[in-house]
Amino acid sequence: MTAEDDDKVFKALADASRRELLDRLRRDAGITLGELCEGHDMSRQAVSKHLALLEDANLVVAIRQGREKLHYLNPAPIGAIYSRWIGRFERERIQALENLKQALKESKDD
Amino acid sequence: MTKPEFVYVTYIQTTPDKLWDAITNPEFMKQYWFGCRCESDFKPGSSWKLVYPNGDITDSGEIVESDPPKHLAIRWRNEWKPELKAEGYSLCTFEIEAVGKVTKLTVRHVIDREPPSKLIEAVSGGWPRILSNLKSLLETGKVVLENK
Repeated sequence: MTAEDDDKVFKALADASRRELLDRLRRDAGITLGELCEGHDMSRQAVSKHLALLEDANLVVAIRQGREKLHYLNPAPIGAIYSRWIGRFERERIQALENLKQALKESKDD
Repeated sequence: MTKPEFVYVTYIQTTPDKLWDAITNPEFMKQYWFGCRCESDFKPGSSWKLVYPNGDITDSGEIVESDPPKHLAIRWRNEWKPELKAEGYSLCTFEIEAVGKVTKLTVRHVIDREPPSKLIEAVSGGWPRILSNLKSLLETGKVVLENK
């Protein structure tokens, strides 16, 4: 991800309504704009505008199926955030466990 | 009612040919798939299986469609956990498309049944780790996560 892509992701996430739409898509994958508007206190126009921002940030993917456009939450950008800031710690934790295993094995060999 | 489905779209700095090779070459696959590999010749109608480092077969099925380096569809059933196997076959598709200087990869995994699906839940946890590793490996030569 370029710095510009990162900006888009964080800007798109910096809005409660858009995070609500992501929650909804996580629950109901592959729904249309009309379905997405149901159960939200937003106009169709507002939902559509939020969706465009989410799509531009690659947080939402729209796939055309026949005449309909189906919307999905795309976990890739949030996954990239995870890898960048948390993945390193996970790697270190795994390494620490490996070191411990090795140390225990060596002390057993003594 | 929508079908349980997982979708993942990522843009990778590579070519469609290299990406196709990365998802069909068992030796390359092991590097980003936590030591697992797919065994298949990736031709339509051929058998397909996912093999763990210790030799256990966790998933199996067959290649439904194969159009290198653009499109791959696998009929996929879990063989490892009884509750996942009971859900039957799912369909996993890979779409590869050059977009400017990068390559867009779309992975979809869907099962034809009423939600919720334990299989789709399981793969929704696995795919992001595998695909983020794949992207990192192709772009930097290194994986992000080395263990499962």
